[in-house]
Amino acid sequence: MSNIPENLRYTKDHEWIKVDGDVASIGITDYAQHSLGDVVYVDLPRVGDTFGTHEAFGSVESVKAVSEIFTPVAGEVVDVNESLNDSPDKVNSDPYGDSWFVKIKMANAGEADAMLSGEEYEEYLSANA
Amino acid sequence: MPADNLKKTPLNAAHRELGGKMVDFGGWDMPVQYTAGVIEEHMATRTRAGLFDVSHMGEIWVEGEDAISFVNRLTTNDVTKLVDGQAHYSALTNDKGGVVDDLLVYRFDVDKLLLVVNAGTTDKDWDWITSRTQDEKITLTNASADYCQIAIQGPKAVGILKTLTETNLDEIKYYHFTMGYVDGVESILSRTGYTGEDGFEIYADEKHARQLWDKLLEKGDYGKDNGILPCGLAARNTLRLESAMSLYGHELADDITPLEANLGWITKLQKGDFVGREALVKKKESGIPRLVVGFEMTQPGIARDNCDVYINDRLVGYVTSGSPAPFLKKNIGLAFLPTEFANEGQEIKIDVRGKHLSAKVVPTPFYKRKK
Repeated sequence: MSNIPENLRYTKDHEWIKVDGDVASIGITDYAQHSLGDVVYVDLPRVGDTFGTHEAFGSVESVKAVSEIFTPVAGEVVDVNESLNDSPDKVNSDPYGDSWFVKIKMANAGEADAMLSGEEYEEYLSANA
Repeated sequence: MPADNLKKTPLNAAHRELGGKMVDFGGWDMPVQYTAGVIEEHMATRTRAGLFDVSHMGEIWVEGEDAISFVNRLTTNDVTKLVDGQAHYSALTNDKGGVVDDLLVYRFDVDKLLLVVNAGTTDKDWDWITSRTQDEKITLTNASADYCQIAIQGPKAVGILKTLTETNLDEIKYYHFTMGYVDGVESILSRTGYTGEDGFEIYADEKHARQLWDKLLEKGDYGKDNGILPCGLAARNTLRLESAMSLYGHELADDITPLEANLGWITKLQKGDFVGREALVKKKESGIPRLVVGFEMTQPGIARDNCDVYINDRLVGYVTSGSPAPFLKKNIGLAFLPTEFANEGQEIKIDVRGKHLSAKVVPTPFYKRKK
């Protein structure tokens, strides 16, 4: 079973976000890292880049596959997790903790409320995965 | 659960019990990796031992007094050079010199050869081979379903296998084989592989697959620190790529000649006539227009299969196989380049999802084990 913390919000593309005021940290879920396999490379945007809702902001690559990562919320990148450049495997070992990809200052904080709760994401996974 | 139309090897249940992530591989339900993951599996094979189920590969017997001349007429390497107990790598070619499949040819006797072909092409190869018979005295048998094939590879592989057989493995040289018993099971013990490591490929009656698999894991201390690991298709691919071995459907295909794929060493144009020889001779005389080269990325990013390759903003080729290399810790690949650019140090750009990333041509194999 996938690990799905209750305090985060989720997308059907298997991203999670953690909201702190008007800033959202974004990563990929335990289910996503497990599907990808050993992560060897992440391609991250730059601080100051802006993205619209559901726009791809980067990619995560395993030995076998590459997957784009989409932001569920529109806004401006205020921080990127440079530590993933040296240790992309953290995405596998700790997908929710230190493995956020970017922090985005949300243009519309209400967007996060429309995302799936942990319970809803779990239901989505059991129905579709 | 696998879809009912997928073929299964006799080790299908074993893969599931070991946590194998099963995928459809050319119509076969196969493990792409197990719980350790592709990087651990790859490293285990390079530094200790890895165990691979390759039972999906095809086995075709060619028997009869014309066996050697028949196979020599259909393949590029020189079968007359083989002695009993020796095998070689070769290619089945079509009339245009393209590769129907790459294969191993084993000589058991002057009138008995075994062809080991790729899983996804076994039916195609069988149709091709049977359609090209003339009046030779031969009997062809597609025995693919009767055999399991298990590969044990890595620096500890031979030592592990020694604990299960009385055959003197040290006497079997690279690309040689013998009949023997493994844990009491009659087997073909072949010192070959697809990883760049020392090791054996073991062929036996498929009924004994589970026994051999479980014994090899047990004797290899699977589950303990520094033990053997079962390896899936993902590790099999990264291991062969580090060793710059061709993969059918990537570096080789019906419309790719062995000369372009750097397989001139198995293309014996002087041995006498064979299917495709005329086309290959012409190609060689007129100049081979493109070659497979090895490259490594010189900036972050991973080139994948089928990415386009550019030189001076001109589209010149494509990536046939691209991947991270877990042991070398580089991003590497094989690509087709026009022959004029197929030189060590040549800088190229690879289109990775719209970004032109820098790479350079490097010598192959990328990885060579220390003997």
